[in-house]
Amino acid sequence: MKRTTAAWWFVAPALAVIGVFFVLPVLAALIVSFTDFDIYALADIRNLRFIGWRNYVRLLETPLFWHALGNTLYFVAVGVPLSIGASLGAALLLDSPLARAKSFFRTALFAPVVTTLVAVAVIWRYLLSTRYGLINYALGGLGIPPVDWLGDPHWAMPAIILFAVWKSFGYNTVILLAGLQSIPQDLYEAARMDGASTVQQFRHVTLPSLAPILLMVSILTIAGHFQLFAEPYVMTQGGPLQSTVSVLYFMYEEGFKWWNLGSASAVAFVLFLFIFAVTLAQLRLAPRPAVAA
Amino acid sequence: MTRLPARMLVNGALLVIAAATLFPLVWMVAVSFMTPGEASTYPPPLVPRDPTLSNYRELFARTGMARYLLNSVLLAVAVTALSLALNVAAGYAFAKLRFKGRERIFRVMLGALVIPSQVALVPLFLLLKELGLVNTYGGVIVPAMASIFGIFLVRQYALAIPDDLLDAARIDGASELRIFRSIVVPALKPIIVTLCVFTLLGTWNDFMWPLIVLSDQHLYTLPVALASLSREHVADSELMMAGSVVTILPVLVVFIALQRYYLQGLMAGSVKA
Repeated sequence: MKRTTAAWWFVAPALAVIGVFFVLPVLAALIVSFTDFDIYALADIRNLRFIGWRNYVRLLETPLFWHALGNTLYFVAVGVPLSIGASLGAALLLDSPLARAKSFFRTALFAPVVTTLVAVAVIWRYLLSTRYGLINYALGGLGIPPVDWLGDPHWAMPAIILFAVWKSFGYNTVILLAGLQSIPQDLYEAARMDGASTVQQFRHVTLPSLAPILLMVSILTIAGHFQLFAEPYVMTQGGPLQSTVSVLYFMYEEGFKWWNLGSASAVAFVLFLFIFAVTLAQLRLAPRPAVAA
Repeated sequence: MTRLPARMLVNGALLVIAAATLFPLVWMVAVSFMTPGEASTYPPPLVPRDPTLSNYRELFARTGMARYLLNSVLLAVAVTALSLALNVAAGYAFAKLRFKGRERIFRVMLGALVIPSQVALVPLFLLLKELGLVNTYGGVIVPAMASIFGIFLVRQYALAIPDDLLDAARIDGASELRIFRSIVVPALKPIIVTLCVFTLLGTWNDFMWPLIVLSDQHLYTLPVALASLSREHVADSELMMAGSVVTILPVLVVFIALQRYYLQGLMAGSVKA
């Protein structure tokens, strides 16, 4: 009896915080998304009206929302494979028995992950500068004319993707490295005895063994990429020509610049639905391991 | 032998990648010591001609950087201390204490992990406005006082504490609080350090929520202040690099000092999930 009471004292404070400041707002967000909550309702709640699906319908009629959705999908579709590819490559290098100074390299590759996103975005803005940026200077050395990275609508998103890969690939590298290290060496030995080449070993031993971790990594990375916000906020302010407005950036402006809080909540739910649907699709489409380990 | 070229290839590739990850950070430090305008010359210089501290002096004298630094430290420490207390207690209870609905509540919490925190943003803002916490430190601290991820991390680790140890203490007449303080917390020390580093860095680096809830400039954290300064001082690359150094250096130092715990937590939190 006493132990049960004590248990409640241990969990109650944390559950109360999560309930009041996370669960309740999530449920409330659904309700708010069906209202015309705006600056007038903010001043006096009696101005609030329920308007059914109108926020959602109006979103579908807003070109900028579609634009933001398209930009975000571009960021996810190009950025995620690049990021996971870079992580896998780096993890394979770090796992190689030929590699020296592994802990130094691991720390070096991971360093951008812990840095403050806003601060490194500021650094990259200068590295990407058209006239004095080192990236254009280096390209100039190869005979490539300067690119207006953050000022050209065609290059702004690729530049942000490049930056995002730099910032985050170290995270998945560490996780994939742990996965690689847990693959039993016998499997490789058996494959070698069957005369498998290095490439065949990678395809038939490494990738299948890594599949569950790769699935988890891709789910988390895609969810993370859908939440693009600070990069365009700092580097481009959504420009040029709105080519880097993301869904979350659109939601931020809608909600906290124009105070259309009802509409902003609808945007948040659409984003959530997208993340949820893509996660489910990955879980469904992922090849099941033939034999349960 | 093909051994030597292969070795050079692997280590050479690692060197190139490490150079790419570290170069922007090294460049930031170099430019922060340049005289104003020096970085905006062609070809772009890599080393300051006359290393100077004037950017840092200007930063603290004119932009109120000391205040932002103080805000960031204060908030990171407060959030870390409070959320550690709540998450460790709850994580331990979910692992080792019996209460009604324990498994069901835990399953629901794990399910809630798929909901991105941005969904809650608008109502959270309205709620905190109602509570008078918008534009106060409390606006950042209060919603961050507990986290599902933190509870989950502690629970996974606490499952390994032997029940016999706790029961023996109970037979000796120790209270549950006493058991928590003198047996559980010491046993959980590694995961507590891990969670401490995670929360410290996460709070320090957080941007979107402080940007929304803190509109008074005196309350800005470093990332919010830096984002706003970088819009004002687009041309002052040397000043902005000094600001970036002040923002990034503390987290890098904490990470390098405690990376063993950080990387362990990363693996515990993700691979097991």
